[in-house]
Formats: sequence, C-alpha cells, structure tokens
Amino acid sequence: MTLDNLVKVGMADLNVAHQTGVLKTTGLGSCVGVTLYDSRVKVAGMAHVMLPSSEIAREGSLNLAKYADTAIPELISRMEKLGATVNRLEAKLAGGAQMFAFAGNNDTMRIGPRNVESCKEMLNKYKIPIRAEDTGANYGRTIEFHSETGILVIRSVQLGVKEI
Amino acid sequence: MDVLKEVGNIGAGHAATALSTLLDKPIDMLVPKVRMLPFEEICESVGGAETVVLAIFLRVDGDAPGNMFFILDLDAAKNMLRELIGLHIEDQEEYSELELSALNEIGNILAGSYLSSLADFTNLNMQPTVPALAIDMAGAILSYGLLQFGQMGDQALLIDTKFMEGENEVQGHFFLIPDPESFGKIFSALGVESP
Repeated sequence: MTLDNLVKVGMADLNVAHQTGVLKTTGLGSCVGVTLYDSRVKVAGMAHVMLPSSEIAREGSLNLAKYADTAIPELISRMEKLGATVNRLEAKLAGGAQMFAFAGNNDTMRIGPRNVESCKEMLNKYKIPIRAEDTGANYGRTIEFHSETGILVIRSVQLGVKEI
Repeated sequence: MDVLKEVGNIGAGHAATALSTLLDKPIDMLVPKVRMLPFEEICESVGGAETVVLAIFLRVDGDAPGNMFFILDLDAAKNMLRELIGLHIEDQEEYSELELSALNEIGNILAGSYLSSLADFTNLNMQPTVPALAIDMAGAILSYGLLQFGQMGDQALLIDTKFMEGENEVQGHFFLIPDPESFGKIFSALGVESP
C-alpha cells in the first residue's frame, strides 16, 4: 500500500475512496466505523460516527459525519457522486465498544451500543444489508477498508488483526 | 483561560505532592496547559490515536461534572509499580491483578487530591466516581471523555498536566475535561465572568 492511496478518516469525519483507495480510521472506542461498499464500481465509503442522533446536537454548524442519522445519508450521497448506487451498497460495522466497565447512572456509559443500534436503524431505512460486523466488547479498534476488495481489516491491542 | 489554568495548577500541585509521597521521591509537574483543542489534537498529546496507553478514568460528579484521565505510557506504569510496591516485575506485556489494582489506586489517590483541592478552592462540590482502568489505544479511550463536547462542536477544553520524575522523563499525563456546562459554574464560583 502506498501512502497516496490511503485516505484518513478522523474522529467524527467521513470520506470516500475508489478503485485502489484504502480508508483508515484509528482508535475507535465507543464510536462506530460504518463502511459502505459498491462492489460493481469499487466505490467505498467510511464514517467515524461518534453519537447516535443529531437531535441532541447543540453545535452551531452541524458536523454531519458525527451522528449516525446524518452521517449515513451524507456518506451515501458522496458515494453516489463517484458512481455508486444505493441499492447495490453493502455495509460493515466495527466499534461501538464499552471502554470502561463500571456501573454508572450516566447514559453516556451505554453510548457504544446505542451508536451501533442507531447505525443499524439508518442502514435498515435505506435497505442496505449488513454483511459483517465486529462491534461491542470493551476494546479499541483501528480499521482499514479496501475499496479494491471490500475487505475490512480490524486491528485491536488484545486480539491482533482480523478481516471481515 | 488564566483562571482555569490557575485552577488546574492548584489541583495538579496537590496531585504531584500526593504522587511524591506515594513514591517517596520528588515528582515535578509541568504547569498545566489549558486549551480548547480539536479532538484529534487531544489524542496527539499522548502520541496519537493508535498509541497504546494505560488509562485510569473517573467521572466527576457534583456541581461541575467532567471527565478525568490519568494516562501513563506502559513503561512508566511498570516503573511506577516497581517503585511503589517494590515487587519484582517481569518486563512482560501482561499486568497481574495486583498490579492493575495498585495502578487503579494510584489513579484514585491522584484524582482525589486533585479534586478535593479544586473543590476547596472553588467551593463547588466535586466527587470522583470509582475509577476504571483500561489498557488500549489512546483514541479509543479519550474519545469517551469527549462525548459531551461532541454535541457542541469538534473541540474540547483540556487541562493537561505532565508529571516528571528527574530531568526529562514524562511519567504521565493528567487530563481534566470539564463538561461544557461546567465552565460557567467554575467561573462564577471564582467570581469571574465567563469568557
């Protein structure tokens, strides 16, 4: 992999790649990495979703990539510009961990699972099938999504590397 | 920001003293940095989102809630254990239950002394929750402390203190990320107008 085809996706960010591009986001904790893929045209997209719903947003100008309910539509429209079609898209999910296991009355404690649920609801709305997922548990993940193959590579400190 | 820096200084000074007492050796601290930082840069300050760190996390409850992290690199954590409990520690990746519990306790003591000095100074009620420990990627750990800020924008207020032993060696970072609602309370408790 050369550096010029690596596309970095930051926290609360999204991006698209096509042909030989590789999308990468590092250190997903309770955030969810959503990837979409159109294998016909080899267009890939990735969003690093931080929060489940934009309804709770209090920011001035909304960062669409941050919330599950706004990131997925935005990602789809960015991919369509590269020739992808929504009814050919397939999704893979990673992240949504609960990093710290302790009893808290705070709703924030369950943010990981809620992020995953919310992403699934959105995907379901667009009738995009979920081909694979590696979500939950209590560890961080770094993911790389290859637009050539549609393979999602997941790295974690405890479990090493796996592909889904 | 100067006010928050002073607040951070007072808390960190007490925490450094507590750490010195615990380890029975002088621990210096670098004057805290208080800044609004983009999320990505907060991870950069401990070596990047993928760097594996040991973190003790506590939620601060009370009048001015927030999140607190005591972050050590893995070597520093082992060193600290060696000095603190005087156990022979293998240079292995694994941590025993005793070691993890000792580190948790260090985090607890530091956070407790940091918070109680802040509480005294501001007259605000601030209580630490039971600490939780994780060894993982910095990005995965810290993003958890940024969620409250996520609703407001892409920056968070970070009070960062570096602890050093001897000349250069950075032993750890102490992060306090007050919730967005908390600034106003801290400022008014100190009798200053919010910026």
